[in-house]
Amino acid sequence: MALDPKQIHDIAELVRLKVEDDQVAEYQHNLSNILEMVNQLTSFNTDNIEPLANPLEIVQRLRADVVTSVNQREHFQSIAPQTEQGYYLVPRVVE
Amino acid sequence: MSKITIAEISNNLATGKCSSVEITQELLQRIKQQDEKINSFITVTEEQALAQAKAADELRSKGQANALTGVPIAHKDNYCTDGTLTTCGSKMLSNFVAPYNATVVDKFNQAGAVSLGKLNMDEFAMGSSSESSFYGAVSNPWDTERVAGGSSGGSAAAVAASFIAGATASDTGGSIRQPAAFCGLTGIKPTYGRVSRWGIVAYASSLDQAGVITHTAEDAALMLNVMSGFDEKDSTSMQLEVPDFSASLNNNIEGLTIGIPKEYFSQHLSAEMQQAVAEAIKEYEKLGAKIKEISLPHSQLAIPSYYLISAAECSANMSRMDGVRFGYRCEDPVDLHDLYVRSRSEGLGDEVKRRIMIGAYALSAGFYDAYYKKAQQARRLIKNDFVSAFNEVDIIAGPVTPTTAFKQNEKTQDPVAMALGDVFTVALNLAGLPGMSINCGQINNLPVGLQLIGNYFDEARLLNVAHQFQQATDWHLKSPAGL
Repeated sequence: MALDPKQIHDIAELVRLKVEDDQVAEYQHNLSNILEMVNQLTSFNTDNIEPLANPLEIVQRLRADVVTSVNQREHFQSIAPQTEQGYYLVPRVVE
Repeated sequence: MSKITIAEISNNLATGKCSSVEITQELLQRIKQQDEKINSFITVTEEQALAQAKAADELRSKGQANALTGVPIAHKDNYCTDGTLTTCGSKMLSNFVAPYNATVVDKFNQAGAVSLGKLNMDEFAMGSSSESSFYGAVSNPWDTERVAGGSSGGSAAAVAASFIAGATASDTGGSIRQPAAFCGLTGIKPTYGRVSRWGIVAYASSLDQAGVITHTAEDAALMLNVMSGFDEKDSTSMQLEVPDFSASLNNNIEGLTIGIPKEYFSQHLSAEMQQAVAEAIKEYEKLGAKIKEISLPHSQLAIPSYYLISAAECSANMSRMDGVRFGYRCEDPVDLHDLYVRSRSEGLGDEVKRRIMIGAYALSAGFYDAYYKKAQQARRLIKNDFVSAFNEVDIIAGPVTPTTAFKQNEKTQDPVAMALGDVFTVALNLAGLPGMSINCGQINNLPVGLQLIGNYFDEARLLNVAHQFQQATDWHLKSPAGL
């Protein structure tokens, strides 16, 4: 199945990527080929087969609701692009 | 330089034949002289390595050494290392100094192993040739015009070039086994849940598993002994006893039943590869193993199922690469949307972008049942194939790759061709089973890998079966010429 240029831009927007106009054809070509490959699956009958999400079928392990690690805000924020007074700084969102 | 194994170095250190500082200096020198043409390292941590080597020698003089103390290794660059760059081969993390160590890194540090640095890889481990790295492609030491395989191409190339004795690596769809095969080495992907993934940058969380690339099964056992085991910080980590993987290496394999899946000897596999793998299987017959043809009837679903699941999980995991808390941020964003879009578009490479987009598409409203759910259903069928097979056999054997190492740039423009190269490796990750690659032959001076697949948490047997092959043959001792 072939994706059209609008679909390429829409998918890119969903995942916060920009596909430049001169790359659209390449993305169309490659993503359509990939979808064609995975479409082998769609023709295969999987009725009544339970999906398998975890290969060992284990469930999430729970722990007691107690604090186990120390706060390292300054250490973690030392690698952030921009911080101020303990907050991560981004362009203004609300005017 | 001849091939250096962990066992030999460990022995030389124990008998005082050399010190860790001496070996470390020699290898650092070798990397300086030779890695320009291989490009296996992204970061070499010379000062830290020498400090670790010195500390290891002191430990040894106090009689506190174990098998890994003072042994030079290196980590794949998706293992977080406190104070050293962890780039994942991406511009997005080209300034990322992790604020903590991966659990596995801590374990090797505690064992006294010496890390020489961080190894090149496909960007975020998404690839099969280590050509998608922001830091340039890795070359195969057997033929530098060819790929080293991927995504752990730096791990494999550095071991093959004898820059280090062993390397950590990770495997989501074959990323340990395929580069090990292309570079003539031993690679093991343990069972899902055997080794902690805490601090290893996630690609596809239901498939990712940490493992190693070494020259021999004996060395792989030594490394797995250090890195395996329960970690409360990884919610997928299993609370199980870890056997001493070295203890069973010499077990007799007479009477062992090896299953050969007929689907793995299809049109995908060249005649020469069939021949090389068949020879290896004959070797096992000589060692007293029983060979039995088996069927894994849903094998043809593995590639599409793997592609969808890995892309979907990649798309979710990669959403954290947003230019806010760490990593690359674009210049002068006009608003928050612009910050996200430009940081990601400028920071990520084409292959990663394609997978994120396919994953988001497969998960989007209206397509979920047709793609993601369908892939998870196929995944159960694939797992059930293996479960049935292991009712009849102890080990499954087959090829790792359809061909030997291909030329650089041969497949970079064709993502589908690249994906199809993983046809024999992805099913294990879907099922969560342990698998190995061992060198079992050569075609035109390029190594051929034999894949060994074990039952859940049966790594000890896998390593035993691999070691027995390496006791009877000398393929694992072959070195690339010219290095």
